[in-house]
Amino acid sequence: MFFKENMVLALESLRSNKMRAFLTMLGIIIGIASVIAIISVGDSLSSSITTEMQSIGTNNIRIMVREKDNKFGNPRNRMNNPGSMLSSGASAEDKDLITIEMLEAFQERFKDQVAAISLNESRGTGQVKDERLYANVTVSGVNPGYISVNNVELINGRFINDRDTAGRKSVAVVSDKLVKNIFGSSINPIGQEIKLYETSGIKTYIVVGVYKYTDSDSFFGASSTSEKDAQTSIYIPITLAKQDTTIKNYSSAIIMSKTNVDTDKFTKDIEEYFSKYYETNPKWEVSVINMASQIETASSMLSSVSLAITIIAAISLLVGGIGVMNIMLVSVTERTREIGTRKALGAKNFHIRMQFITEAMIIALVGGLIGLVLGLLLGTLGSNLLGAAPSFSLPTIVLTVAFSMAIGVFFGYYPASKAAQLDPIDALRYE
Amino acid sequence: MIEVKNLEKKYFINTPNELRALDNINLKIEDGEFVALVGASGSGKSTFMNIVGALDRPTSGEYLIDGVPVHSMTQNELSDIRGKKIGFIFQSFNLMGRSNALKNVELPMLYAGITAKERTKRAKELLELVEMGDRVHHLPNELSGGQKQRVAIARSLVNDPSIILADEPTGALDSKTGDIVMNIFKKVHKEKKKTILIITHSIEVAQMTQRIITIRDGRILSDVPNTPIS
Repeated sequence: MFFKENMVLALESLRSNKMRAFLTMLGIIIGIASVIAIISVGDSLSSSITTEMQSIGTNNIRIMVREKDNKFGNPRNRMNNPGSMLSSGASAEDKDLITIEMLEAFQERFKDQVAAISLNESRGTGQVKDERLYANVTVSGVNPGYISVNNVELINGRFINDRDTAGRKSVAVVSDKLVKNIFGSSINPIGQEIKLYETSGIKTYIVVGVYKYTDSDSFFGASSTSEKDAQTSIYIPITLAKQDTTIKNYSSAIIMSKTNVDTDKFTKDIEEYFSKYYETNPKWEVSVINMASQIETASSMLSSVSLAITIIAAISLLVGGIGVMNIMLVSVTERTREIGTRKALGAKNFHIRMQFITEAMIIALVGGLIGLVLGLLLGTLGSNLLGAAPSFSLPTIVLTVAFSMAIGVFFGYYPASKAAQLDPIDALRYE
Repeated sequence: MIEVKNLEKKYFINTPNELRALDNINLKIEDGEFVALVGASGSGKSTFMNIVGALDRPTSGEYLIDGVPVHSMTQNELSDIRGKKIGFIFQSFNLMGRSNALKNVELPMLYAGITAKERTKRAKELLELVEMGDRVHHLPNELSGGQKQRVAIARSLVNDPSIILADEPTGALDSKTGDIVMNIFKKVHKEKKKTILIITHSIEVAQMTQRIITIRDGRILSDVPNTPIS
């Protein structure tokens, strides 16, 4: 077929001008590579964000005590308190924080909306030891609401309950991994005593429950330490964890709304509710963030960054296309005599036009394919750097290849028509 | 057979420097004739050749190939005529530099829509005829001038044209290789019974043909039979 002959001609012409062809392709290579890289990084990021969103739970709302922003605060307030500008390192006192009573009153007031409230006090790392046996842990003081908000999967016994927190009982919920390390598989861990070694001292706890360990539980430790040494969380009553600390109240809490609740509206209600406690507080206020909107913000930021780079890529493709047009015009001029000869040998305008369009298309297509490979490599690299699994969609790849061909046809059409319309006599006489 | 009647070609029509390149040319070349068209530069022979080669259209008059009027054809029809009825041979060979001898010879058949298998078969046969059968896969820059012109002669024959139009075919060659090329023309004329029109300003070349037409100032000055020296 004639198309095949044109392809051969085009490839021959590329081969005889390798450097020129490569430089011409560069714009298209860069454009296509960045589009592919961005799309694949964006896809894998947004899919990992979605996974994260599902694991955190879209109906979780975080409430936090934070310093008032002085920039927009009362100016007199600032003058009275010259140090406040630099007070970002200051820590809130008990009177500034959220109390159990506040949370209880809140839960009572919004009992139709609130599914659970999670409190968490991190006590740092420690080790559970039994003579030669050991297991590394991070110690968390939690309330009963923690389990439902954070999707802890209990496989044996029970979680920390109200009586544990009220009575500051020395009970603990541990991971199946810890059970394997300390007790082995033959002993039922429930009711057993464990010794927890912390910097503050050694304490004995009774195991009341076992949860299933998941990788995300120790985000940073998992890959760098051996399976056996990996840290898992040990949960103790939050009141017990707070026993030795000076701060008894809470700087943050996570409120899980019931599934049928409009989280955005509920977020406003919560903000309104807690703000009244802080109206007179000169330095501190509450901030309420719902996870869904936070993820939405992150996603929209991601997509606007993607859009910006896509625009740059589009400009690069445009420049690349103009490059193709330019080089095709040069090629037509260089090959004027060839065109004249072809016409003398019976080539119609259509044949000449097709020949040059095919050549432009091949340049753009080869550039597009190189760009595609480069983009896939960059996308994989980028996704790995961001810790997300790379994801590539076949439609994107097909579309990209088709698009680069289209660029070739579009920008090759004018030079090809110019070639086709050459007068054979003038073309043959051309030196 | 080609036939030219009252052929005129004017340039810069209706301007003060109107130029009459061809003026009332009448000519008939029968099938199988071996003709030389002689004239100094500026005599109008190139203009004449362009019209006979269907590269250009006359201002007035008729031009018929095998009885078919060519003078009133459209661009596309002229392309067809060039591809199928006329075999061009150029002074500077005009081979495709990136294609080998075989592909060069196949080219006019590609535009004429002949199948790949048939193309290769015919191209090989004709390369044998011009004694280039052992150089089929050589690129033009691996061939001497005489060899290039022989490839070009093979190329001109592939679509079995009514007339071979050779514009100064030996002009870029030394006399020895020029003679070899002229002998190929004679062979083609004898074996293929082709009509050959050689445009030249060389008397020696013209002496090898059977009929010499001399053109000057756009008119036919003489048209005489010639006994070729062999």
